[in-house]
Amino acid sequence: MGAFLVKRMLFAVVTLFAVLTLVFIVVRIVPGDPAQVILGDQADATAIAALQQRLGLDRPIWEQYVSFLSGALRGDWGVSLVTGRPVIREILDVLPWTLELTAVSMVLGTGIGVPLGVWAAINRNRMPDYVTRIGSLIGLSFPPFVSAILLLIIFSLALRWFPVISGNRATPWAWFQSIMLPALNLGLIMAAYITRVTRSAMLEVMQEDYVRTARAKGVPWTVIVWRHALRNALIPIVTIVGLYLGILIGNSVLTEIVFNRPGLGKLIIGALNQRDYMMLQGMMVIYTLIVVVVNVLTDLTYALVDPRVKLS
Amino acid sequence: MSLSVHNALPAAPRRWPWLHSTVKAFNANKTSWLGLVIFLLVTLLALLAPWISPHDPLEQNVFAKLRAPFENYYLGTDYYGRDILSRLLYGAQISLVIGIASTVLALVLGSIIGILAGWYGGRFDIIIMQTMDMLLAFPSLILGLILVAMLGPSMTNIILAIALTSIPSFARIARAPTISVKQREFIDAGRALGFSDTRLMAGHILPNIFPEILVMGSMWLANAIRTEASLAFIGLGVKPPIPTWGGMIREGFENILDSYWLVLSPSIAILVVVFGLNILGDGLRDAIDPKLKGER
Repeated sequence: MGAFLVKRMLFAVVTLFAVLTLVFIVVRIVPGDPAQVILGDQADATAIAALQQRLGLDRPIWEQYVSFLSGALRGDWGVSLVTGRPVIREILDVLPWTLELTAVSMVLGTGIGVPLGVWAAINRNRMPDYVTRIGSLIGLSFPPFVSAILLLIIFSLALRWFPVISGNRATPWAWFQSIMLPALNLGLIMAAYITRVTRSAMLEVMQEDYVRTARAKGVPWTVIVWRHALRNALIPIVTIVGLYLGILIGNSVLTEIVFNRPGLGKLIIGALNQRDYMMLQGMMVIYTLIVVVVNVLTDLTYALVDPRVKLS
Repeated sequence: MSLSVHNALPAAPRRWPWLHSTVKAFNANKTSWLGLVIFLLVTLLALLAPWISPHDPLEQNVFAKLRAPFENYYLGTDYYGRDILSRLLYGAQISLVIGIASTVLALVLGSIIGILAGWYGGRFDIIIMQTMDMLLAFPSLILGLILVAMLGPSMTNIILAIALTSIPSFARIARAPTISVKQREFIDAGRALGFSDTRLMAGHILPNIFPEILVMGSMWLANAIRTEASLAFIGLGVKPPIPTWGGMIREGFENILDSYWLVLSPSIAILVVVFGLNILGDGLRDAIDPKLKGER
């Protein structure tokens, strides 16, 4: 297990550097001079030169790269061009909102998806299977903002069960009310995906010899399904849940906009609209960090679920 | 995956082997026909938009703002008094053009990368695929929206951004079957005859792995259409007043408190197309990958 984890950690470090390099390049592919773009066409040369100096754009590109990398790792992500506050402060202010939304959505997504997938697999080619397959395909067809708007229309505007603007955590009930719809939106779309993965993983495992052996020696059916088979099917599911985080983060941006909820989504849209390059750069760094951390967590879970990993 | 490639080879040469196997794939899961019909129908409507639209999609009727359906405004009008049905029909053109162009671009580039990685293997393969995995790990919508925001929201840039975010997936899909096909006898035979690597890859590997790539293509087309709509909803779509489905939902969402039905018709349009493409791809995948299919 030690060797496995060391290898995965090394990969995580390499990923971190590679993606940070990608971020550095992406922010610099802007056609024209960023300082010019930020200040607009009417800006005079001295103002542009001053801003260039402030952003470090007057230095050689490799020097910019080194200072960007060391800054990114030290938590010095520059200063927002709009508010003048350190980028990392702005991000840390709203990060908990997005993290709690993502966490609740993941719990909902796997909590709904895994049992549905198992149910579909053990009823293969019968009604429950068809219903879950069509249902999950419909779920996969929803762009996240469309489903979010529909939930908003039904539950907030028509039924008035939930507030239209969700960013209240004064009381536990208010917290629940404001997180429920956004998390449900993300969770249902994720569940559609997880259901399909669980179903095919279970179908595969159910054909294994040990399942037949267990049946032959009279192990109760529910024990076979939920203990023997699901335990082994969990390995691919864990991988997918980890990989799905990338999609979940993208979907959460759209969801946060629709439900007008504070978080990284609203921050990034604001930064895009105001051409706040420093903020965008910082946001990409935080997304990279989240992805890398989750990859490591996925690997740890892997080692927990699959005893074979411990041995190798 | 590898088994299906072996089985897909026809026992005896037929006149139209690819047509025969395509029809067989469609028949394996009848819902794929439904998906194909939905997609072709939407494509037809988009192509006919200039002739069947009841109104000019940009024409503003100042006397009929935010109206429910009336006269020949079959789906009502938006905030500027423009006909929603006409905008939907023209919006389909944008969705399809961006979706198809970006998917084809990603399919071609991704397949080339995947086949090269699978064919040459070794360190080259490891470096390429690790790079792809890193790209895959980064949230694709975020990467897409930052690229579009940096490059500017033009049609070409949106196509490029969406294509770039889906290249890694196509590379993964193309690589796996390449590795299994390259170990087969006919590749050795080709080598013995002195065929070049390029000829073997283009003439002998590609036709054998093409069905699998194409199936993923229909799934990714659905994804591309969804991504385009998401970008337009954020405000990074083709510039208004050109109608796009995502843009229409964006405009409708601004008036959601008093006229919530504005968002409904473009939402349903997106859902129908994406759902059609998804059942198309899902059915075809069952046909070429028997492992996932109901019965074995």
